[in-house]
Amino acid sequence: MPATSTLAKKETGESTLPEATRGGIFFTPRVDIYETSDEVVLLCDMPGASATDIDVTFERGELSLYGKVAPRPAATLCEEYAVGDFYRTFSIASAIDSDRISAECQDGVLCVHLPKQEQAKPKRITVAAS
Amino acid sequence: MSLLMRRQPADELQQQMTRFRREMDQLFGRWTLGQESWPGLAVSYPTLNLREDEDFIYAEAELPGQKLADLEITVTGDNRLTIQGERKEPTEVQGEWHRRERGLGRFERTLDLPVSMDTSKVEASLENGILCIKLAKSPQAKPRKIPVKAG
Repeated sequence: MPATSTLAKKETGESTLPEATRGGIFFTPRVDIYETSDEVVLLCDMPGASATDIDVTFERGELSLYGKVAPRPAATLCEEYAVGDFYRTFSIASAIDSDRISAECQDGVLCVHLPKQEQAKPKRITVAAS
Repeated sequence: MSLLMRRQPADELQQQMTRFRREMDQLFGRWTLGQESWPGLAVSYPTLNLREDEDFIYAEAELPGQKLADLEITVTGDNRLTIQGERKEPTEVQGEWHRRERGLGRFERTLDLPVSMDTSKVEASLENGILCIKLAKSPQAKPRKIPVKAG
């Protein structure tokens, strides 16, 4: 089978290139999202990525999170998880003020703040006794 | 089938399995084979990667958001490693949850290591959510070079 021989060739190539996983393999990071009256907050697990390794971009209503994870020594005794980059995108409602989106990262958890536009914030209407 | 029938060294087969698993990971997400099938359904947490060199065994786990001080890492007997901790509910949240995939709660993982350890020499570090525990092998567990004399 020609497919088998191609695979075998790739494998031999991979054994000399420890960073072959960089070829477009991404893991989907897990997120928690909550909404307050002022903003929507997104918490994202990106273990192994520091603040400088994370790209948060907002373009045409789409927020993308990309965490580059440096390769670590191969797990030779037991491998329960694989190491790779993280990537996930979200479509963002127009009620978000995209100019004020901010992000921070601590201990491998990325936190993205998506502030709401003024007109999207809930307003309390005082009820006057008549 | 010809792939499996071929005679090949074990490490090459292992590489192919790793590659296959990575492709599956890409298709279905990260927790597909033998582990969690769906986010939030914890089977064993944290998952561990182990490697060794001549003198040490390195255990590595992904614990995003954890502080080293909140983890309890113990070695009992001479080879049983236990990691305990808790992923706490964020306190500052005042609002409505849209998604909860990250999971929380207490966790404990116990593992019997393949060789005996020098329990006085255990180092742990936690950086960017990656826990790395470095365990020194006991002297009798280290590989010894046996000189071969010509008879």
